[in-house]
Amino acid sequence: MSRYLIRRFFQAIPTFLGITLITFAIIKLAPGDPVMQMTFDPKIKAETREKMRHQLGLDKPIPIQYIIWLTGNDWLRWFGQEVDDNAITHGVLRLDFGKSYQEKRPATEMILERAPATIQLNIAALLISYLVGLPVGIYSAVRQNGTFDNLSRVMAVVFSAIPGFWLSLMMILVFAVKFKQWGLPHIAMGGMRTITATGGDRFDLLDRLKYLLPPAFVLATGGIAGISRYMRTEVLEVIHQDYVRTARAKGLNEWVVTFVHAGRNALIPIATMLGPEITGLLNGAVIVETIWSWPGLGRMFINANFQRDYPVVLAGFVIGAIAVILGNMLSDILYAVFDPRIRLQ
Amino acid sequence: MAGPPAIERGASSGELSVREKLRAMQEEVEVEHEPRGYWDMVWLHIRRDKLTIVAFSVLLLLALLSYTSPWTVRYILRTEPNEIDLFKTYEPPSKEHWLGMDELGRDQLARLLYGGRISLTIGLSGALLTVTIGVFFGALAGFLGTWVDDVIMWFINTMLSIPFLLFLLIITLLFKPKWYVLSVFIALNGWMGVSRMVRGEVLSVRERDYVMAARALGVPVAKIIFRHVLPNVIPIVIIMTMASIGGLILIETALSFLGLGVQPPTATWGNMLTKSQENFTLGPHLVIFPGLLITITVLCLYVVGDGLRDALDPTMRGR
Repeated sequence: MSRYLIRRFFQAIPTFLGITLITFAIIKLAPGDPVMQMTFDPKIKAETREKMRHQLGLDKPIPIQYIIWLTGNDWLRWFGQEVDDNAITHGVLRLDFGKSYQEKRPATEMILERAPATIQLNIAALLISYLVGLPVGIYSAVRQNGTFDNLSRVMAVVFSAIPGFWLSLMMILVFAVKFKQWGLPHIAMGGMRTITATGGDRFDLLDRLKYLLPPAFVLATGGIAGISRYMRTEVLEVIHQDYVRTARAKGLNEWVVTFVHAGRNALIPIATMLGPEITGLLNGAVIVETIWSWPGLGRMFINANFQRDYPVVLAGFVIGAIAVILGNMLSDILYAVFDPRIRLQ
Repeated sequence: MAGPPAIERGASSGELSVREKLRAMQEEVEVEHEPRGYWDMVWLHIRRDKLTIVAFSVLLLLALLSYTSPWTVRYILRTEPNEIDLFKTYEPPSKEHWLGMDELGRDQLARLLYGGRISLTIGLSGALLTVTIGVFFGALAGFLGTWVDDVIMWFINTMLSIPFLLFLLIITLLFKPKWYVLSVFIALNGWMGVSRMVRGEVLSVRERDYVMAARALGVPVAKIIFRHVLPNVIPIVIIMTMASIGGLILIETALSFLGLGVQPPTATWGNMLTKSQENFTLGPHLVIFPGLLITITVLCLYVVGDGLRDALDPTMRGR
């Protein structure tokens, strides 16, 4: 197993380098000059701009810029190169994405500040999609072509066809705006918790859930659809196999047969779906966080994008890609844990 | 393609007389004994699949309405998509304006029809491009193997690890593409799945005896790929094309919604929703209809995709 883990880890390295290469290429190909963006003031002299360009290392050849971006420039001192103290970077590999052009502080710091909100939202969405998707998938396979099966299949297609942003808008329109007009209990929206003049920082689980569940549900719809369909297919495959028939023939309870014997194969879809799920969640988070004003990475990413705050955009992109790589890795590892044959390949 | 004639058949079958029914059954039994090709079987399966046919007709109708929109809007709705009437802002659906007016007093139905043209075109052209690129690299990697395969697979794995939407957001923001360039970028993001599928299929086909025989006879590689290997991949490719159109439309609408895709005043289903958060109280109809159209279109595309998959890949039926 450990050999498999090590091999899987080394396989991820070229992928990661590829991502940094693509990212860097996009930035360099982009029209517009970051120095001009930062110094829009017409009073700034051309020499000052040149000095800034030099400080930011933007006057070096592009391959060198890439290496510096990746590994930092503090080590250049070992070779007797002069590096300005203000312009020291540690490189992407050491998670230093430079300072935000807008807020003048490290992009990594900003990311770390926003990450918990996004992680919280994504974990909630993951839990919802598995907790709903798995049982629905198993049950509709057991009652194949029954009413529940047909309904759940329709639900799966609708859930995967409905755009997340429109679902959010409709939920806000109906459950927040209209319910409020009609005097019914309505859902909360905008932010992570109710902001009060006093004691706003006290942790209130119910209040938090009120704000968390609607966006988490929207994020989870794709997952629910995918997992329930995948699960149904898997269970249908298993349910006609001999060992399930044997279990039935032994006189085992039908519930035990479906959820323990057949359902054990649920573990494999959990593993295989995890990687794609994480990618989907990251993409969805950008939109859902924007609409529901969730103070997470997705919203920060969009704002930084509109402000052309390159370091933050890059940081968000690379960290998103790392999350996807880790998710795929976790997916493969879980797969190897559940299915020993994989390890030997 | 398959839609209209089959629908007539399905719709009228309820009123057939007993004798006609018997004859139809007899025909089917007779046909059953004839040797039948793969495409005949596919055709037969599609004809019997009512849901797919309904979904396909809805799509055809939507496409027809969208692509004839310059004419329909001018002569039937008697308006233009960007015609402003500031006395009628936020007017709810009425006899005159079937789906109401937007925040500038523009006819929503007219804008939806014009928007449909762009959304559908981006979806279709993007899907064609996705499949072309995907099949090309998949076939290349699968057939040539060795280092070509390694390099292509490395690139595919890298692209697959990129969060799709973040990538497109950066691209659209930095390069401010026109809608047709946008569809190219969207397609660039989706070809990896097709490539992996095609590669897998080519790898398994490559080892079959007839391909070995063709190689042994000295048939050029390109000819082997096009004549002997790719035809086996066609069913998967059709399935993946259909499946990807829906996804592409969803991405385009999401981007336009965020204000990064197609720019106003050109209407698309996505950017018509951009302002909708301000319209909750004044004009709920502006929130409901664009999204409903997106959902219906994508839903029908997925249903047709599933139907085609069932028809083209007998092992997947009923899954």
